[in-house]
Amino acid sequence: MAVYRLHVLVCAGAGCVSSNCKAVEAALQDELEKAGIAEEVKVVETGCIGTCDLGPLIVVYPEGVFYQRLTPDDAREIVNEHFVKGRIVRRLLYRPAEDAEPVALTADMDFFRRQYRIALRNTGVIDPEVIEEYIARDGYAALGKVLSTMSPEQVIDEIKRSGLRGRGGAGFPTGLKWEFAYKAPGDEKYVVCNADEGDPGAFMDRSILEGDPHSVIEAMSIAGYAIGAKQGFVYVRAEYPLAVERLTKALNQAREYGLLGENIFGTDFSFDIEIRVGAGAFVCGEETALLTSIEGKRGEPRPRPPFPAVKGVFGKPTLLNNVETYANICPIILNGAEWFAEIGTEKSRGTKVFAIAGDINNTGLVEVPMGTTLREVIFDIGGGIPKGKKFKAAQTGGPSGGCLTEEHLDISMDYESLTQVGSMMGSGGLIVMDENTCMVDIARFYLDYTKDESCGKCTPCRVGTTRMLEILTRLTEGKGEEGDIEKLETLARNIKASSLCGLGQSAPNPVLSTLQHFREEYEAHVRDKRCPAGQCLALIQFFIEPELCRGCGLCIKVCPENAISGNRREPHEIDVELCVKCGACQERCPFDAIIRR
Amino acid sequence: MEAANKGCCCQSMKAQDERYQKLADIIARYAGQPGALIPVLHQAQEVFGYLPNDVQVLIAEGLDVPLSEVDGVITFYSLFTSQPRGKYTIGVCMGTACYVKGAAAVLEELKQQLGIDVNGTSADGLFTLEVTRCVGACGLAPVMNIGDDVYGRLKPEDIREILDKYIQAERQADA
Repeated sequence: MAVYRLHVLVCAGAGCVSSNCKAVEAALQDELEKAGIAEEVKVVETGCIGTCDLGPLIVVYPEGVFYQRLTPDDAREIVNEHFVKGRIVRRLLYRPAEDAEPVALTADMDFFRRQYRIALRNTGVIDPEVIEEYIARDGYAALGKVLSTMSPEQVIDEIKRSGLRGRGGAGFPTGLKWEFAYKAPGDEKYVVCNADEGDPGAFMDRSILEGDPHSVIEAMSIAGYAIGAKQGFVYVRAEYPLAVERLTKALNQAREYGLLGENIFGTDFSFDIEIRVGAGAFVCGEETALLTSIEGKRGEPRPRPPFPAVKGVFGKPTLLNNVETYANICPIILNGAEWFAEIGTEKSRGTKVFAIAGDINNTGLVEVPMGTTLREVIFDIGGGIPKGKKFKAAQTGGPSGGCLTEEHLDISMDYESLTQVGSMMGSGGLIVMDENTCMVDIARFYLDYTKDESCGKCTPCRVGTTRMLEILTRLTEGKGEEGDIEKLETLARNIKASSLCGLGQSAPNPVLSTLQHFREEYEAHVRDKRCPAGQCLALIQFFIEPELCRGCGLCIKVCPENAISGNRREPHEIDVELCVKCGACQERCPFDAIIRR
Repeated sequence: MEAANKGCCCQSMKAQDERYQKLADIIARYAGQPGALIPVLHQAQEVFGYLPNDVQVLIAEGLDVPLSEVDGVITFYSLFTSQPRGKYTIGVCMGTACYVKGAAAVLEELKQQLGIDVNGTSADGLFTLEVTRCVGACGLAPVMNIGDDVYGRLKPEDIREILDKYIQAERQADA
């Protein structure tokens, strides 16, 4: 086997592919050839390393030197200085703040140091397209252990004792789900993986499928053995083509190696997996709708009971878990339920992956023990809010969830605590919003989303969300009427109580949650026709603060409507009649003299 | 002349059109399998670019599914379309992260530059403008796709240059 002096991991997660990491990788290879050390340095394409905003990025092992925001032109310097002469290229290192000292090693970066990776154990570490790399990290050992030493009952018991709960949102105990499917009568059963990650702002399932597809395949096989199924389905969103591609490759490799298909490991157990690609319907993330969609029909939810464990795909007993849940299975089997149960809080065991995005310095993917505080995630790992702005809210649980505010910063992030304050864990999307975000507009945004995605089967959801959206739109346009807030509350209660599936039952949550924490903002929109955050264009005007304006003329140049006038070195003025409120002047002003009010 | 002949020769035209041969192959591959409709529609749309009426009829017959069900599935899922699209589909991500980071302004700029509304196709047939659900590249918000290319960290002022790239490539191809 070839031995290499250095391993260079190039992040090829979806974010970095979009930032053109392939060109950086090609340039590195090219420079390695030129320097004559291509034999000594191995370049590996990995899944998402996590720090999406810093891409394209590489990590150089054995030390773990982290280079960020690379261009193909940087390759020569990295190869010649670092790889040949052993001198780290300081200008390409990460700096926690503009004036801070650069940090060279991932082990010293707060973003990585504070994480505990179980579900993401291989993501960003191995080449997802090479099965040997997965096997080298104990891949398929759990399946081997299960098939050779454990009975289905023992497997289910292990999962039950670990305390693992569903990572897709509801947090239902996973082991119990497995037991229901195991006990359901029927010769033909199915194992399904929900990879229809629709919650906007969540991308952990995508990253796991792209970065470590075998961990899901192996866990599904174990589930198949435990409940007595021969066939599995992975239902993936069509918006994730790279995940489909890498999963397809992984399935083929697993079949080639006899880890999938007939008589796995030479035992009586046979199992195979098929991919089903969605077609753009958020409701298909709801379990009964997903099953209907696998059957090739309109993805409309069906009433429960019967639950999928009894009557699922094609009317057969079906076990359905989400990607991140499956990614936790193999470590539990290998390390034991006790090991897993020691991590996290009493009722929420293990870790949770959060996708942090929005107004935050380090956007990306992090895995932390359950019970970590929101403050640690946003400020210690996430690096806080950009441009010194104030933290206003964090939305968890997407369109079904709610927002957390400053008073919740020290809350323990686990299923119960989040539900208690009117939000939810959801799939782990965490959108951070700064002081310039209008909460009425955000509520409108989410209702616009759920209104569009309502499948239309039941009236409360179909008509109710439309009515709520109309009221919210009216508020943001300055046409709010006295009594609108109360109407929103009544509608919200009724929709929650009478909708058929989770989509409708949770659709009013963003409104209720923002009303609970930011009621005064709603009232300002209704009564004073004012948007305190300065976002709702119909309610604001742009204005130049004469004391701050130096009369530099930059705003005059960028204004598309010639609405700004003034002599050089004298305060300028905006003609509100001509102004179209595009905000270009405000972006351009070097003195922050242009304000919205 | 073409118009006069349209009624009678479309059968033979279809036979010559290799796209219909591809469709027949796809249908043959899936016929009789449970849950085949959605995968077949995906592949048919890849071949034709959209799902016109005659294609729907062929799929309904081939898979032995009522035409109403085929149409019902197409209209249910947002990625299926029975209308022709421009050569490039521009998808502006309207996930929460992108929205918070200013995707609305990017979309507005695209509408202005292309002179079309969402779901419209530009006069030159080059671009169809759509809003998409979260594409999961939240770290780069706001994001848009043009065909298979992804553009991140967008500002409205970037749009002109990006569109011009495609327009120029098209002109060069024509020349």
